[in-house]
Amino acid sequence: MTMLSALIGTLLFAVIAPILGCLLAGLDRVVSARMQGRVGPPLLQPYYDVRKLLEKEDASVNSVEKTYIICALAFAAVSGGIFFSGGNLLLCVFMITLSSMFFIVAAYSTRSPYAEIGAHRETLQVMSYEPMVLLFAIAFFMATGSFNTASVFALELPAVVSIWLVFLGLLYVLTIKLRKSPFDLSMSHHAHQEIVRGITTEMSGPTLALVEITHWMENVLFLGWVGLFFVWGNPISIVLALVVMVFVYLLEIFIDNNFARVKWQLMLKSAWLVALVCGTLNFVLLVF
Amino acid sequence: MAFASKSPWVIHYDASSCNGCDIEVLATLCPGFDGERFGVVNTGNPKHADIFLVTGSVNERNISVIKEIYDQMLEPKVVVACGICACSGGIFHDCYNVIGGVDKAIPVDVYAPGCAVRPEAIIDAIVEGVAVLDEKSKALKEQKKGAR
Ligand code: SF4
Repeated sequence: MTMLSALIGTLLFAVIAPILGCLLAGLDRVVSARMQGRVGPPLLQPYYDVRKLLEKEDASVNSVEKTYIICALAFAAVSGGIFFSGGNLLLCVFMITLSSMFFIVAAYSTRSPYAEIGAHRETLQVMSYEPMVLLFAIAFFMATGSFNTASVFALELPAVVSIWLVFLGLLYVLTIKLRKSPFDLSMSHHAHQEIVRGITTEMSGPTLALVEITHWMENVLFLGWVGLFFVWGNPISIVLALVVMVFVYLLEIFIDNNFARVKWQLMLKSAWLVALVCGTLNFVLLVF
Repeated sequence: MAFASKSPWVIHYDASSCNGCDIEVLATLCPGFDGERFGVVNTGNPKHADIFLVTGSVNERNISVIKEIYDQMLEPKVVVACGICACSGGIFHDCYNVIGGVDKAIPVDVYAPGCAVRPEAIIDAIVEGVAVLDEKSKALKEQKKGAR
């Protein structure tokens, strides 16, 4: 991977990912509504929401909050750019974590009690999923012999064949990363909850619009991770990966609509247990 | 085109309602009427909301709360008074502690009378409110252009 390809990848990702992510978010809302026996909003509703937020008065409790959010957005774009241009998976993982860190710092900077509770919980979420995500990167290296995502195209068989346990583990923490119920502790997409809007409580108008766009890009990237398991030398495998990505996303929506939120203790323990069991067992399988 | 009308997020506050109107407001936002068809989302956060639904009359205790919520909302914003209590004080108008309708505390854009106000009336009021929201959004845009 050269710097140039990562740069071009980042630019392309920054343009294409928000469009795809917006459609995904719209799909999420329509499917959720149908699951609840409602008609639901139009597919482009998330786009309307963000355009409206951009039209609103620009006000925030301090001047640094928006700066942090812009950093979160930028690093999410860089992370996606590295991933989709065939770059280093480990770097991609670290970049997206950095993006989450900026998001948390933005919430802390507002000094609002609700936002702080949301930020605490977001930190716990990062702690919960991070071990599994790192094991995913290492397992990927063991399966393909390289950290570069482009190396999947040299494979005879998709990575999921040798590291299917890690795939299951990643699916588990994906629910946390996508902030879906039962792990939507820091901020729920559904209205009214005990911590108001959690981590985004103090973010309003254009700032909130940037947060939404960051989430769209994150969702596309995470689904990209899922697809990575199913790509190998054969070009048709990309179609297979896309089908799996859509299926996984629908599964996440199904889980979101059918489970009540859990306490953070259960989230942390279960996520670490999954990482330990799936990760270690898979390494043992790979070595022997 | 203003996008304000396509995604009106509401916040609901019970001033000193008898709870009749609140039940109707929540019924309006329930799956039966499915407000999300029009992009209506019930936020619990004034900083995210565009439409402020107030039920019940204003009294000495809650006038500061109503003003605070209104001030925290960002422009463009619209206030809808739900129920006759919120419009004028209703049957409680001559209580010793009641100041009157919501318009005694903050500017009200749409009045939805009824005791209790019916969900259909609330939907009508929100649709009216959305038109006002659009106007305010346009005015805000002009203002921004002028400032430049
Ligand atoms: S208008 Fe009627 S139902 Fe509504 S708060 Fe007043 S008394 Fe209760």
